[in-house]
Amino acid sequence: MSLTQSDIGRIANLARLELSSAQSETMRSQLNGFFDIVEQMNAVDTTGVEPLAHPTAVIDHVSLRLRPDVVSEPDQREANQKSAPAVERGLFLVPKVIE
Amino acid sequence: MNDLHTLGVGELASAIADRKTSSVEAAQHLLARAKQHSALGAYLAVNEDATLAQARAADARIAAGERSPLLGVPLAHKDIFVTKDFVTTAGSKMLEAYQSPFDATVVQRLAAQGAVTLGKLNCDEFAMGGSNENSAFGAVRNPWDTTRVPGGSSGGSAVAVAARLAPAVTGTDTGGSIRQPASFCGVTGIKPTYGRCSRYGMVAFASSLDQAGPMARSAADCAVLLSAMAGPDLDRDSTSLDHPAEDYTTLLSRPREGATAAQPLKGLRIGLPKEFFGEGCAPDVLATVRAALAEYEKLGATLVDVSLPRTELSIPVYYIIAPAEASSNLSRFDGVKFGHRAAKYDDLIDMYKKSRSEGFGPEVQRRIMIGTYVLSHGYYDAYYLQAQKIRRLIAQDFQAAFAQCDLIAGPVAPTVAWKLGEKSDDPVANYLADIYTLSTSLAGLPGMSVPAGFGAGGLPVGLQLVGNYFQEGPLLQAAHAFQQATDWHTRAPQGY
Repeated sequence: MSLTQSDIGRIANLARLELSSAQSETMRSQLNGFFDIVEQMNAVDTTGVEPLAHPTAVIDHVSLRLRPDVVSEPDQREANQKSAPAVERGLFLVPKVIE
Repeated sequence: MNDLHTLGVGELASAIADRKTSSVEAAQHLLARAKQHSALGAYLAVNEDATLAQARAADARIAAGERSPLLGVPLAHKDIFVTKDFVTTAGSKMLEAYQSPFDATVVQRLAAQGAVTLGKLNCDEFAMGGSNENSAFGAVRNPWDTTRVPGGSSGGSAVAVAARLAPAVTGTDTGGSIRQPASFCGVTGIKPTYGRCSRYGMVAFASSLDQAGPMARSAADCAVLLSAMAGPDLDRDSTSLDHPAEDYTTLLSRPREGATAAQPLKGLRIGLPKEFFGEGCAPDVLATVRAALAEYEKLGATLVDVSLPRTELSIPVYYIIAPAEASSNLSRFDGVKFGHRAAKYDDLIDMYKKSRSEGFGPEVQRRIMIGTYVLSHGYYDAYYLQAQKIRRLIAQDFQAAFAQCDLIAGPVAPTVAWKLGEKSDDPVANYLADIYTLSTSLAGLPGMSVPAGFGAGGLPVGLQLVGNYFQEGPLLQAAHAFQQATDWHTRAPQGY
């Protein structure tokens, strides 16, 4: 397997990244270098092996909790918006999406 | 007192409690030192007013008769933990001036014990890297040789401890980011069992791997910090384990069954994975690690050969899983709610793309690309799912090894600290250097780096100790016994 320039363009678009053509070429060669060491994974027989998400699940059942759906935090709108790039009257501003 | 920076956590806490010094004096002394050694690049943010206000509050608690092992002790946090009083950047231009509305659980728990925050410590961008050269705010220099890297991603954390800018610090470890810089800088660090410390308020890199832990000058000091940091945070971190907090300090010198004064570790079986002692490891590192293991034998431990047959596979498995999770976690940086926004753009999609390309550095962009690809339609099963299945096999390999031993030991990294710039153009070379730390992270096991001596060029070498799940106590006990018998952990780089 080898990634082409058009693969890099497709992945960058999915990742919402903009790469110059020079960056794109560097990225292609570095990613292909990386996927060379990934090849060895194909040779491993994983028939019947369950994927492991929470590592301690290998010894014991782990259930991911949901907390009760109740209001637990005070209103912190101002503090939360302090680091926003553009805010007006308590709203986040984005470029116009509907004409 | 003008030698306050030479004191560890325990000594400093006693000096403050006995009124030989105060928390304010200690904080002022350490802040002045941080300034004096700013060329190391360890600190990214300080806020003297906030620090001194915390120190005054600690001094008031002491004056009121309160005592606790961290009361008044100044610490510093890796800039991955969000803090109300200090800007949090995660080493990224994306978060250049980010002001968190809250403190991370780990920060808040240490503060509740009376610890004082000196500032925020440099790290690889979003904790991605093993040399600290991926920080958007400049590299960090290793005080043992300032032309060399400190390791990463918790490079600023390791340097702050090694250069005596702070008695102890926090770090985070996703694939070795506490253990490897601890090894490169000659300090002690522990990554606990995954899920032991809350991830709430840790800027997310790879959520199934990220774990917080302390770094300090001794296992005893790490035990003090970890006792405060660890414990359930069930409402705020869905992967936090419901396992009660422990006081690791009481376990430290509790005699093991069958132990004697001369042989405090009698009966302890240490497993040596043959894959960690092969050709890939530099001779100076191997010799140092073997000498440390000989010391363990003197202390009563028995060395047994074990095998972790999928050690080499841990590299691709980790570098599939971690970037996959990173690409998902970092999708939140879109230039809308927080973080960098490009000055010029055509429309919403263009704003996302330009903001992200300007805000993220090259290594972060590479990992986002890898992650996006391996999670994309048609590739998920072959890469991500296959990696998660091999992850289970790797975790099972450890369980098989622990049937034959109580702890596993080996090198932390195949070499001592490399030169700044030496590997910066070769991402795969950086990934390969993580070979001895990744499998422990994938399995979610607790791991430590303990100063074991010096290799080529007088550079520190760490001994890695790995325990089974929740065995942080015995791990710290084994490190403590070694540190009672040796003085490697007390050495300071010249000029610091």
